[in-house]
Parts: sequence; structure tokens; C-alpha cells
Amino acid sequence: MPVRPVSVGERIKRREDPRLIRGLASYTDDLKLHGGLYASFVRSDYAAGRIERIEASRALSRPGVVAVYTFEDLRGTVGRTPCVARPEAGRDAEHPLLADGRVRWVGQPIAVVVAEDRYLARDAALDVAVEISPTPAVVDPRAALAPDAPRVYADHADNIALHVPATGGPEVQKLFAEADGVVRLELLNQRLAPVSMEGRAVLAHWDEGPQRLTLWTSTQVPHLVKQSVAQCLGIAEIRIRVIAPEVGGGFGAKIPVYAEECLLPWISRKLRRPVKWSETRTENLLGTTHGRGHVHEIEAAYRKNGELLALRGRVISDVGAYPSFFGASIATFTPLMMPGCYHPKAIDVEVVCVYTNTMATDAYRGAGRPEAAYTVERVMDEIAAATGLDPVEVRRRNFIPKDAFPFTTATGAIYDSGDYELALAKALERFDYAGARARQAKARAEGRLVGIGVATFTEICGLGPSTGASPIQRTGSWESGVVRVEPTGNVVITTGVSPHGQGQETAFAQLAADAFGIDVNDVEVLHGDTDVVTHGVGTFGSRGLVVGGTAVHMALEKVLAKASRIAAHLLDAKPEQVHFDGESFRVAQSDRKLGFRQVAEAAHLWNVPIPGEEPGLEAVARFEPTGTTFPFGTHFCEVEIDADTGELELIRYVAVDDAGRIVNPLLADGQRLGGIVQGLGQALCEEVVYDESGQLLTATLLDYALPKAQMFPRIELDSTCTPTQLNPLGAKGIGELGTIGSTPCLVSAALDALRPRGVTHLDMPMKPERIWRALQEAAR
Amino acid sequence: MKLSLTVNGKAQERDVEPRMLLVHFLRETLGLTGTHVGCETTICGACTVHLDGRAVKSCTIFAVQADGRAVTTIEGLASDADHLHPVQKGFWEEHGLQCGYCTPGMIMTTAALLESNPDPSEREIRHAIDGNICRCTGYQQIVNAVQHAAQVGKGRR
Ligand code: FES
Ligand code: FES
Repeated sequence: MPVRPVSVGERIKRREDPRLIRGLASYTDDLKLHGGLYASFVRSDYAAGRIERIEASRALSRPGVVAVYTFEDLRGTVGRTPCVARPEAGRDAEHPLLADGRVRWVGQPIAVVVAEDRYLARDAALDVAVEISPTPAVVDPRAALAPDAPRVYADHADNIALHVPATGGPEVQKLFAEADGVVRLELLNQRLAPVSMEGRAVLAHWDEGPQRLTLWTSTQVPHLVKQSVAQCLGIAEIRIRVIAPEVGGGFGAKIPVYAEECLLPWISRKLRRPVKWSETRTENLLGTTHGRGHVHEIEAAYRKNGELLALRGRVISDVGAYPSFFGASIATFTPLMMPGCYHPKAIDVEVVCVYTNTMATDAYRGAGRPEAAYTVERVMDEIAAATGLDPVEVRRRNFIPKDAFPFTTATGAIYDSGDYELALAKALERFDYAGARARQAKARAEGRLVGIGVATFTEICGLGPSTGASPIQRTGSWESGVVRVEPTGNVVITTGVSPHGQGQETAFAQLAADAFGIDVNDVEVLHGDTDVVTHGVGTFGSRGLVVGGTAVHMALEKVLAKASRIAAHLLDAKPEQVHFDGESFRVAQSDRKLGFRQVAEAAHLWNVPIPGEEPGLEAVARFEPTGTTFPFGTHFCEVEIDADTGELELIRYVAVDDAGRIVNPLLADGQRLGGIVQGLGQALCEEVVYDESGQLLTATLLDYALPKAQMFPRIELDSTCTPTQLNPLGAKGIGELGTIGSTPCLVSAALDALRPRGVTHLDMPMKPERIWRALQEAAR
Repeated sequence: MKLSLTVNGKAQERDVEPRMLLVHFLRETLGLTGTHVGCETTICGACTVHLDGRAVKSCTIFAVQADGRAVTTIEGLASDADHLHPVQKGFWEEHGLQCGYCTPGMIMTTAALLESNPDPSEREIRHAIDGNICRCTGYQQIVNAVQHAAQVGKGRR
């Protein structure tokens, strides 16, 4: 029986917050170094073209302008923009730090102006004259596949960046032949802008004395930045320190290592002065990676009883103008996750990643999985419509039964654990599904457009194992944790995950507090600094707690084991006689004991050498998962559409999620709520729009519509708990869950509302105008 | 141009370019970096400060427009760690923030809301923060935070 209350499982409020709510936290743009310069980029106004001339003399003549650099200045001194998932030869593409004579998307950096302050740098950037002869651009990924489409890379045979062919299995053909019916869908998963509220920012300082570069950057992956910048600039990684200070959100777009992160160190080394850049929102929308951007052409074979037999078709992924960091590999998750919670007997889906003259796409909250979930959930609704069965019933009939786990899907994913029926049952009750359908029937009779949406979904989380990592990455998908106990018994944890709002400082402090029986406030959690943190990977793919937390847990166990041996020695007992009760080390069947802090002190005083032990109390652990986790959930929502205006109102939203064991429900709820609203953003209003010539029409937040507070009712959360066996915490990961479930759930509801009026298909986002048009067309 | 104003209760006199935005004046000239820039187009609210007690977005007014007036930034809301503003406490209690980037603006906006409407309904709170974008929280815990602050206020009266 532990003496102290256990904090894991409790709603512990965040230790991160005091500095943040007082405005005393430092994000990259808040930092100032003596003698610091400011950089501003000159970016392409054309989506495709040849650079004829760059004229910088006017800019250079302004007092206070220090330098203007173009590709010519970099030539031969730097490598390409970092990328870990490169397409094979013939499909790979060089992506220079600054345009090397060609531009391939609007916003591509062409030149960089360095000046004494921000205003001056921006003024001077406007003075740089760039003459471009435009060439034909291709913007739509389907159009880019046409044989005569303009090529993004003239030396490529086509615009394909990666092609993973369908397996062509006879099994699929057979199942389609046997089916009672086939559902055909062409679904657009529109391009989205991640829009972290803090844009990207970089501050580079080359210190000529010690020959060291310090790079502050708003990133999710400081160690990957260190490795990448070292490679790109030819500086040994031991000469580089990367610090991710306070980071104002990332959502996947701060995983890629960008040209700007390599250029600023290059400039600082050249000028021997610190230099800073922080993107404007327009730069963020133009030049920070986008997400999604898929077209799915899918056929689903089903039986009259609602059973999904097989899926076949094609995923077209728009990778944009160059292979970004994870780039084309993101889309390969999509067919893998296409089975969702169900067990079609076969899947035969090819992936085609296509270059277009647009900003590159890369990870965005869920990365490849939301696209899969959206498609399979639409398939479920279409099977329901075709068979006349209830959409919930169709899903239930296709569920992988709970005693089938671990379950290997038709696409080879190994689902660790699950009880989909349980989450569904809880959600049905919480939502009062029967009652909601009855009210809907009444509303329909009155001519009102009320819709009920459902999504049952699973996702892949906690990435490793490292077999999935690219060798260019140089590190696998494991994570590190270090636990250092001070002589006082206070504890410092360092972690390779680099959180940016997820609250790991609190969650990991809880783990340590419980392990040693100390107060959460006596634990410090350090992250985001490559000089402080042993190797690490970073925060993405809901791996923070699952992989990083497990590493910390392992280090805690190691420390506890050593402390226990030391205690045994001091208590004159055998190690196996000593156990830690949550506060003290006790000798079995006696009243001899030593408190954790006493042992910590003894471990450092070391006036009594203990055979086989070194002084100190510290441990490093690295956790390499043996498999990925698969959290899941059921979401329901109710919407009403105004037939006259097309306006959609979200009336209710209920989410029942299962992310395994929860360390801090307060944080978990935060992740879920934020994720749900982000997913609803895709369904309701968000879309990156390029015109045919490749101009970005959504280059400010006036044009790119983000979800706002008034659009949502109170979201109701509930959960089930099916722990995973893949890590000792039993945690499955939670960051992307809400995003994956909410998008299909809302679209399901919208189409449910519109179906009686003859609208059976509508691409996201469900903007009033789009809904209104669909209603008008259907009425004709 | 000469500019004299009070920022967080302290008189400041500076010579600034007429085109300098208030947010840059606060951040760059005075080093008060708690006020953030999220959009530069009056959409996101990350730059919200109080100007003579009213919440305004400091990215779309010039520093010189604050001449002779009183500005309060997030740094000026609490005198020290032990005397947090009720809204700050509410955000902490209710997990009203994740990455914290939108948070100073959210707090300034909702602190002003509670000044004029000490007991707002959920709808009123959502309406008040519709000009503040948060990409992390999904807003619900922000609403809870403001309600928490309002409750504290009620207890005090
Ligand atoms: S920065 Fe001022 S409203 Fe966004
Ligand atoms: S807490 Fe991150 S934007 Fe609001």
C-alpha cells in the first residue's frame, strides 16, 4: 500500500502554465542576442518559371542592409534541403535552399536579405527585383497525372514522386465478383494548412571562438534538426546545439527541417553575427508544409447483410513541389489504415504521390490516417444507404471482435488491443442514439434538415518500431529518457520528446513523483535542447507519452533498483529483502527503513563504498517499441442545416475514446477536445486554395478559415480503457485521436441531413455556399 | 515621433517611427514579449492588450496611436506569481491552454469581458473570444477557464 497518494490517473494541473499565463515564457522570436541581425526572404510570385535576373543593388544601398544572398552565394557550400524520406532515383528531386534558377511554387525562397532590424529587412526585401519568365504550372494532382501535363521537374518522365502499386491480388477480384453490391466513391481530402499559432522562427548564432553553432528554432524535433543542419552545412554535429524553446504549436508542420533552418546558420557563420527570422502568417501559409491533399478513388464490395468484403482503388497524394522531410512516405499510411475497425478480407489500394506546383505537403495531425478513416467511414455510410441498414449496425457487423486481438489486418497492420463494441455501446447510450433518431424523424417530418453522424475509428500511434524509420534519419523511432536524482532527492528528468503544448513536463513529473514518492513540484523536466538532452527524436505521431514516457519510466525503474541496492547495503540487508513502499525502502519483517531522500543523499556522499556500485543516482534509458499502438473510439454528432442558406449548425457532439491507460485525464481531455475541433475544422471550413496558375488564394487568415469558438457546442467526452501490452504504462497515445474521428463524423451527419433532399455526395469543407449549391442542384 | 504613454503602470517616453505597430513597440522596444503576433491581420487576437481598459488588437494600430494613453499587457496583469488575476487562475485551473501562444491574448480579451460582464453565459464567452483563435484547445477549456474566473468573482462580491 503506497503511503502517498498516487498522481498518475489524477487531473493534475500543469506546471508549464504559470510562465505561460503571465507572458513570461520565451518563444524563439522573443529572444534577442547582442548584435543580432534580422533576415527577410524574397519569395517567388510565380508557381513555375525561370529566374532571369535578380537585382539587389537597391536593397543593398539602403543604410543598415548588411547583405543579400542568392543561390549563387551558396553554390557548392551547402547541401540540399533536408529530407529523410526521399523518393527513388528518377523520382527524387533536388530542393535547394534558395531557388537555383527555377521556381516551382509561389512562396519559394529566392533570396534572403539581412539587415539591422525587422522593418528594414522587410523594406529591403521589397527592393530586390526578381525577373521570372513564367512557365506552365500544374496545380491539381489529377491533372498532373495526364501524359501531357506540364512537368514540375523537366527531367522527370512524369510528375510521379512515389508509386506503390496495388498488389493485384486475385483474392480482391474474387470478392468483388462474389459481392451483392459495389460502392464507388471519389473522395477529396482537401489540402489543409496546419497553422500553429506561433509561426516558424529561427535564431542562429555561430560563435567563432568555440566554433559552435547555437540554433534556436520552433521545431518538434531538435535532434533531427541538429543532424540535418550538420549534413546540409557540413558542420560536425558536435559543433551544433539546437534549442527548441517554448514552441507555439506544431501539428506536424514543425517536423520538417526547412531551408530557413539551414540558411540562417549559414548566414550567421558568414557574417559572424546572430541572425533571426520569424515568418509572417502569409509566409506560413505559403511556405510551411501543408497537410492532407488526397484524392481517393475507392470501390468497396459488400454483402446484403452489410458486410464489407474488400476495398480496391487508388490514393492520389499531392506532395507539392518537392519531397519534404517525410513527404511522400506519409501517404503510405493511408492504405495501411484503410481497414479501420473492420476486417475486410482483402484490400488492394495503390498509392500515387504526385508533384504539383504548390507548397510541399507533409505531416499534419494524424498524417495519412485521417484520410484513411474518412474514406472507410464514408464507405460504411454508403453501404448503409445501399442496404437500407442503420449506419451503426453496418459498423457493428464489421467490427473486429474483441477476442480477436492482437489482430493482423488485411494490410498487415498488427492491432495491439481493442474493444470497439464497448466504445460504441457507451457512445450510443451517452448520445441517446435511439432518442436522437426519433427526434430526427420528427424534424424530418417538419421538413427540417437534421442529420446524425457516426464514426468508429482506429489509428496507429506510438511510432516505432525503428524498422519503419528511414536510414537517412540516422536515428530510429525509439526515445530517450534520463533520470537524475540530486543529493537532496529532487529529480531532474530529461526527455528526447520535445513537447509544444502537450503537457509532458507535468505528465513525466507525475511518473517520477509516483515512482519516488516525492512531490510533483520537486521534479524538473527538461527537453528541447540537444546539449542537455541525450539523443532523442521528438514529439509527433502521439508518441510523447507512449514512447518518451516509457523511456522515462524505464529510467525511473533503473534508478529505483540502484537506490534499492544502496538502501539494502545501508540497512544491512540483502537487496531482495528490501522493497520500496512508495516513500521508504523497507526491510521485510523489520522496522528498518530509509526514506527516498536519505538514500539519495547517501548515494552522493559515498563515504561508504558499496561493492559493485558507483556513486550517484542517475540512469539513461531508451525505449524501442516492439509494435505500434492502435487507440480507437466512437464519435456521434447531430447537425441541423438551414435549407435556405446552407448553414450547418453543430448541435451535439459526443466522443468516446480509448487511448489505453491515462496518466493525466486533464491533459488527455485537452488533447481530445483540441483534436476534435481541429478535425471539425477540416470538415467545416478549412481549405488551402490555389488558383489554376498556382497563386495561393488563402494566404492570410482572412481567407483561410480556421475554427472559431462560436462554431461549437460543448463537446461531451467519455472513454473506455483497453490498455496496450506494448509498453509498461499501458498508454496508447492520444494526440491525433480526436482529429481522426471528428472529420468523418461530421461529414456523416451532414450527408445524413442532406440525403432526403437527394444530396448523396459533397466534398469537404461543408461551407454554407457549397451545401446551398448542392441543395439547389439536387432540387433541379 | 515622440511617444509618451503608460505601459503596465509605468510612464514610457520613446522616439518611434510613425509606422511602428503597437505590438512591435511593446515587444521590440520595451521587451514585453508576452504579447504575441499570430496573424498581423486582426483575426487571431494573439496580440490583444488593454488600451485605456479596453481590449484591442495591437497588431493593427500604430504605437503613436497610443500616445497619452494607458496600455496594459499580459505582463502587467499580475504583480507577481502569488497574485494572479482571476482569469489567469482560471486558465491554470481549467487547462485553458496548451502551447500557450494564443493565451496572453485570450486572457486579455476575457479579462476585459469580465470587467463589463462579470457573469457571462457560455454563449457570451464564445462570442467574446470569437476574435481570438486558439489552434490547440478547441476552446472548451478556455470557456471553462472564464467561467471559473467568473465564479471566483461572484464569490468575492
Ligand atoms: S496578430 Fe493581431 S490579431 Fe493576430
Ligand atoms: S494554446 Fe496553443 S494556440 Fe491556444
